[in-house]
Amino acid sequence: MTENKHKLLEVKGLTMDFGGLRAVDSVSLAVHEGEIAALIGPNGAGKTTFFNCVTGIYTPTSGDILLHPKGLETRRLNGLKPNKVTEMGLARTFQNIRLFSSMTVLENVMIGRHCRTRSGIFRSIIRNRGVREEEQEIVETSYRLLEKVGLEKFVNEFARNLPYGAQRRLEIARALATDPFLLLLDEPAAGMNPYETSELDQLICRISEEEQIAILLIEHDMKLVMKISNPIYVMEYGKKIAQGSPLDIRDNPKVIEAYLGEEVDA
Amino acid sequence: MLQDFKQSLVVSLWFVFLTFPLLVVRVNTIENVVVWRWSNILWVAIGSFVLSYFWRFLLLRRNRRQKQAEEGIASYGPLQAALDNILLRNRAMAVLLVLALIFPLIFDTYQTNIMVTALIFVVLGLGLNIGVGLAGLLDLGYVAFFGVGAYSYAILNYYFDLGFWIVLPIGGILGCLFGIVLGFPILRLRGDYLAIVTLGFGMIFKVMMENWETLSLGPSGIANIDRPGFFGVQMSLAQSTTYIYYIMIALVVLTIIVTNRLKNSRVGRAWIALREDEIACVAMGIDMARTKLSAYALGAFWAGIVGVIFAAKTTFINPASFTFMESAIILSIVVLGGMGSILGVILGAFILVLLPEYLRAFSEYRMLVFGAAMVLMMIFRPQGLISNLRQIYQYKGTKDKTAHD
Amino acid sequence: MEYFLELFFSGLTRGSIYALIALGYTMVYGIIQLINFAHGEIYMIGAFVALIVAGVCTIYGLSGFAILILAAAIAAVYAAAYGYTLEKIAYRPLRGSPRLSPLISAIGMSIFLQNYVLLAQTPDFLPFPRLIPDFAFMDDVAHIIGSPELVILVTTLITMVLLTLLIKKTRVGKAMRATQQDLNMARLVGINVDRVISLTFVIGSVLAAIGGVLVASYIGQVSFYIGFLAGIKAFTAAVLGGIGSIPGAVLGGLIIGWSESFAAGYISSDYEDVLTFVLLVVILIVRPAGILGKVRKQKV
Repeated sequence: MTENKHKLLEVKGLTMDFGGLRAVDSVSLAVHEGEIAALIGPNGAGKTTFFNCVTGIYTPTSGDILLHPKGLETRRLNGLKPNKVTEMGLARTFQNIRLFSSMTVLENVMIGRHCRTRSGIFRSIIRNRGVREEEQEIVETSYRLLEKVGLEKFVNEFARNLPYGAQRRLEIARALATDPFLLLLDEPAAGMNPYETSELDQLICRISEEEQIAILLIEHDMKLVMKISNPIYVMEYGKKIAQGSPLDIRDNPKVIEAYLGEEVDA
Repeated sequence: MLQDFKQSLVVSLWFVFLTFPLLVVRVNTIENVVVWRWSNILWVAIGSFVLSYFWRFLLLRRNRRQKQAEEGIASYGPLQAALDNILLRNRAMAVLLVLALIFPLIFDTYQTNIMVTALIFVVLGLGLNIGVGLAGLLDLGYVAFFGVGAYSYAILNYYFDLGFWIVLPIGGILGCLFGIVLGFPILRLRGDYLAIVTLGFGMIFKVMMENWETLSLGPSGIANIDRPGFFGVQMSLAQSTTYIYYIMIALVVLTIIVTNRLKNSRVGRAWIALREDEIACVAMGIDMARTKLSAYALGAFWAGIVGVIFAAKTTFINPASFTFMESAIILSIVVLGGMGSILGVILGAFILVLLPEYLRAFSEYRMLVFGAAMVLMMIFRPQGLISNLRQIYQYKGTKDKTAHD
Repeated sequence: MEYFLELFFSGLTRGSIYALIALGYTMVYGIIQLINFAHGEIYMIGAFVALIVAGVCTIYGLSGFAILILAAAIAAVYAAAYGYTLEKIAYRPLRGSPRLSPLISAIGMSIFLQNYVLLAQTPDFLPFPRLIPDFAFMDDVAHIIGSPELVILVTTLITMVLLTLLIKKTRVGKAMRATQQDLNMARLVGINVDRVISLTFVIGSVLAAIGGVLVASYIGQVSFYIGFLAGIKAFTAAVLGGIGSIPGAVLGGLIIGWSESFAAGYISSDYEDVLTFVLLVVILIVRPAGILGKVRKQKV
């Protein structure tokens, strides 16, 4: 079913070593247009390291990370700086929330617009009409994104004063501000209560449908994963052990074994 | 109560013990005399007893404030509230500007001269504030860029007879170039390593100026540097001082406008984000090296420009004017005033330059107090005297919001 | 060859003192990731207290090697007391603050302590009484290595051995290593982390004071300013060897001692102090983790 859809991200045999430790062991994975893909696995399986390789925070030991933007030529992401990766249309959130805590909620989102705007030092000093207009565009876009994730009432709060669930949504808004076509979410529901989680899955589906953004997420909340994502990739000890639709994964003996003894929110 | 008393007593005894050899005994191993200053024990005992009460009170208050902040109760002082009022702020600025403009007409040359020094430190503080306050790059060798500016005027004036107005931009550009050249290799270092390497650069600059005699005339320095010219008009010392004063006022105003605009721009936001979290910053598409370098080089630019004016004002410079002590003073201006806060830095510069100048008795204890102030500020008021004013944004939002939900 | 040996030993002597101070930086950095800028000042205070003790004793007619040991002991006690108080006042209230805060506090403390000694004592250099005798058995080699140098080398060696034993063999040492690995985890398993941190400052300060006394009696003078440069050089030594690593600090100290000594002996002493900084900059660019340091990946 996925064959005729455009492949956006293609990872082939990705391997990452830390000293003698192989954190990610030749993992291959693909995300297609319109998909909400999920990457699951027990703690320490190497999921976040996989994200860090894809987004340029680590340079992988071997393997290929290929990005196929629609209508543009394919780019290999290995070894590119994180800001270049983001510029190419691949944004992310962090597992252990990394907001700019003493900036306001709006300013946090405005930072996301950085790579899509141009004013440099000299033009910022002169502050001509072009710069003022661009500045206003940043503010408006950011505010609209806050509305989209339902944070407009916090617009002038400091990011550090937000409740936990709201901080996670702010990270999503900030990532969306970079105009991505693929969004990587690292445990977006961690620490959320059931009500917040159900709001979140609606938000993720909305982003996927309305903004035409493909999503790859790491998540431990199985209910959420099974409900919204397809395909699902499973990792354990750095290796990919399974992939497929939620139904396949649910019945896969390898996956059940990997999770045995692990807490499964089902 | 009794608990507090006991605790203070212990603290007091501890400090008597701690300060005993250094404050009570004074040995002169040249003339072989020992002076015993027993009365100091009393002062230390009483002083530390009282201060320990203060210390506990301040710590308690700090913890209470922190808890309030977590619960979202903003505690705004009356001063901060007044500053947030734009109308009031603009009026106050206008009054201050008028006062600044008529200052030399009211006060004598001596006072004007002191004021020029204060203004020089205002610009230095604002320049360092870009790096330290906004971008979070702790620079302990900032004075080197000030020195680059001063020496470029002194040398170009001494060897090539170039005038003040030609060298003024050259000094700034040279400062900026030095910033880029030095900054390039070191900006990927972590915050604390950066601090110590910049400290090293400051020292290297001074030692080079001391030893490279053919260029800088060594420790004796360069004298008879020309004062700024004004279309060839001959000026008396007093007139010249007034002239430099107005040049400085103009430069301060320019610096304020530029840094204020930058702070509230795309570039400035990137600096602040970088200070908050480097990894999140690059993940949001900000080029870290370029952003850091721009902050560092821009700070160096102001130091270079104001260095030229410093050389023109004193007409004599030597390496001794560019020691770590100067860097430390500029840093305490930024820390005391409020990192990232333009108004705070200006206030900090005036306090740190004018207080020792007018309280002669205090000037001996100047660095002691500055050092202590840096520690106390970090613990009890990390935002400085005046915390950063917040930018207010206008936004319309989507009108069809109801249709959405 | 003799000149070379002379430089070699003078470099070794200097280097071992840098190593003693560098240990304080490395141990503190290893645990709380803070450059304790005021560490050089603790070294200076140690030297000053020793000068005061030795000065008072010599002026009242006592003298000899025993005085040096007494002075060193008192200096160590005071340096430990200052180090302990320093941590409690300037660093402990700042746990959990942004990274820059404790660093600025440390710089403030360094300036404060320098000026405190300047005002309480004197802005001038004071001569340190000559307390290390010329050992008779050293006569033959005295032109290469003098008695004071021998005392310094032996003392440093003993100190290092004791420190290694403390860290490797004792319960306290184990707690220190655990805290260095992971502060929060150490707290969870019941280690009193605050006490370990205090202890680290105390040990580092004692080492610095020993270094201070040795330098003072070797060079023969003391001033309020000696801590600044010595502190920076020792810090460079710590970084060079790999900050957080104890053998690294020793190795770094020796490398800096030798390079200074040889550069001054064969090239020129004008740029002697700058050499350290050049080394520092080069190391940090080429190998930020230092020679024996491990690269710590930042957790994302």
